[in-house]
Amino acid sequence: MNGRASGATASGVKVSGVKVSGTTRTAVPAEVPVSEVAALEVRGLGVRVGRAQLLSGVDLTVPAGSWTAVVGPNGAGKSTLLRAIAGLLGYQGQVLLGGRDAASLRPRQRAATLGYAPQVPTVPQAMSVAEYVTLGRTPYRSLLAGPRSDDRDVVTHALDELDLTPLADRPLRTLSGGERQRAVLARALAQQPSVLLLDEPTSALDLGHAQNVLELVDRLRWEQGLTVLSSLHDLVLAGQYAQRLVLLAGGRMVAEGGPAQVLTAQALATHYGARAEVSPGPDGVRVHPVRRPG
Amino acid sequence: MDPVRRRRAVALVVAASLLLLALLSGVSVGAVPLAPSGVLATLLDAVGAGGLHLGHPLTQLQAGILLDYRMPRVVLAALVGGMLAVAGASYQGVFRNPLADPYLLGAAAGAGLGATLVIDFAPASLGRSGAIPLAAFAGALTGVGLAYALGSVAGRSGDGRATLLLAGVAVASFLTAMQTLVQQAHTDTLQQVYSWILGQLGSGQWSDVRLMLPYAAASALVLLLSGRALDVLAVGDDEAATLGVRPGRVRFTVLLAASLGTASAVAVSGLIGFVGLVVPHLVRRLAGGSYRTVLPVSLLGGGAFLVLADLVARTVLAPAELPIGVVTAFVGAPFFAALLRVTGSASS
Repeated sequence: MNGRASGATASGVKVSGVKVSGTTRTAVPAEVPVSEVAALEVRGLGVRVGRAQLLSGVDLTVPAGSWTAVVGPNGAGKSTLLRAIAGLLGYQGQVLLGGRDAASLRPRQRAATLGYAPQVPTVPQAMSVAEYVTLGRTPYRSLLAGPRSDDRDVVTHALDELDLTPLADRPLRTLSGGERQRAVLARALAQQPSVLLLDEPTSALDLGHAQNVLELVDRLRWEQGLTVLSSLHDLVLAGQYAQRLVLLAGGRMVAEGGPAQVLTAQALATHYGARAEVSPGPDGVRVHPVRRPG
Repeated sequence: MDPVRRRRAVALVVAASLLLLALLSGVSVGAVPLAPSGVLATLLDAVGAGGLHLGHPLTQLQAGILLDYRMPRVVLAALVGGMLAVAGASYQGVFRNPLADPYLLGAAAGAGLGATLVIDFAPASLGRSGAIPLAAFAGALTGVGLAYALGSVAGRSGDGRATLLLAGVAVASFLTAMQTLVQQAHTDTLQQVYSWILGQLGSGQWSDVRLMLPYAAASALVLLLSGRALDVLAVGDDEAATLGVRPGRVRFTVLLAASLGTASAVAVSGLIGFVGLVVPHLVRRLAGGSYRTVLPVSLLGGGAFLVLADLVARTVLAPAELPIGVVTAFVGAPFFAALLRVTGSASS
């Protein structure tokens, strides 16, 4: 947190360098989660809907190339935080994207920087997978002009990355839940954002498919130099895949840091009312839910 | 060419051919049958390309029937049908609701009230036949305007679609109630009001075409250019916004254009139902769901559909005519049901 101010000033240049070259990323190993570059920064964020104060005083720094997971019990404000950062809700405070105030960006500029996949994506039934993924190119061209050949190349690449090429011409309604989630990710990837917001990317998936999707996101983060901010209600998965965790409870940020710092038995008892044992694992921590004795 | 574009190209060619065939049948069939070759020769003559010699031109009397009676009626049917279908498709896109149709936001109720007021209150000296279209046009736009204003005042936060739909229902009920009230108080004009409400193309004249054309053309142009925006809107307001599109702005532009076109169609033809609902569905099922396909193909297909429906309306009980609105529902509903059955198994 102490490097925030310098990160904000330097990030504008560095983040765009990461995004354009796509190779700078490999020089930043994932094991060093906190780089001095903040791809996304949130300052004093508050969200009020009607009389309900859903979030207040959230300060958050997401280093470029990292995976940060927002965890917290139901109703803690995880989705609200992501939606506010995505510009879908009015908020107090500041959201900085690569050092620039998100509120000052035009919708297209913001869309070229920030990709968002909601918890329950609206999937147009009759649209083909390729058409759907092509929508990711929307920020880069006029709505009156068709996709250019470089747009088509990006789409082809995104389909290929997510093993969707054989399904490209299938209508979305014929896809399974896991395939559909891959299509949503492919669309977000075709958008070529530097920051990807994923709201519960695994909530509709069984364990195996959930692991596949998270591993995919991790690989894309590596290869494309993406910064990922996701909400994850599953602490077992959050403890293994994210390098940094942010724990929200009652609309406030109550803990932030590495998995071992945030996911403690004490914190789970206090904020989730849950009984769990936490042990160190090869990737992050292992969270074991424990049944009430008797 | 990728399959989506090939499918779009095929659909456009098929719909355009269908429209041309419908137009040719429309002007050829009637109490005085006209030979299609003669019709073509006369039309080419009229546009100064008579040197092609496709066949014997029509006699002067036949040419008069063609150019002064059948042509304006058939062209008007094509314009109205195309406009209602493309407006219906646009409404469905804006509301992401397959049951939306161009009359949803009070256009029909407003037009009905406007026409009824003129029929019942305007002095005969004013020239009712000229005043009805204007009153219907103004009524339709007033209805949609009220619904939109009410919907945006009530739905300041979040996705405004549901609020707008409810506002449309409320405004439509209110205006229909007023129309019924006026109508009940003037039972002598009941027949006239009803025949307007059921829709008619029988008195179609070039003046009607001229009245409708500028609005229809402007509306169709805006709607055809909105295909991509509606495709983006199909992923939901939130995701569309994170793709750099402003959903509220797209919705406003498309609704404005679709309502203007609907009002111009209603003004000259009354309330012809079913076209705006059925045609986009047929197109979607046969040609795919992208609005870049659905909008232009609906425009062409809707025109063909209404020209053929009008042909049925004036021939089955000739010399009497069925109200066109009755025919569109009578032909359209079973056809639609059959199509749902045939394509349902393939697509679900």
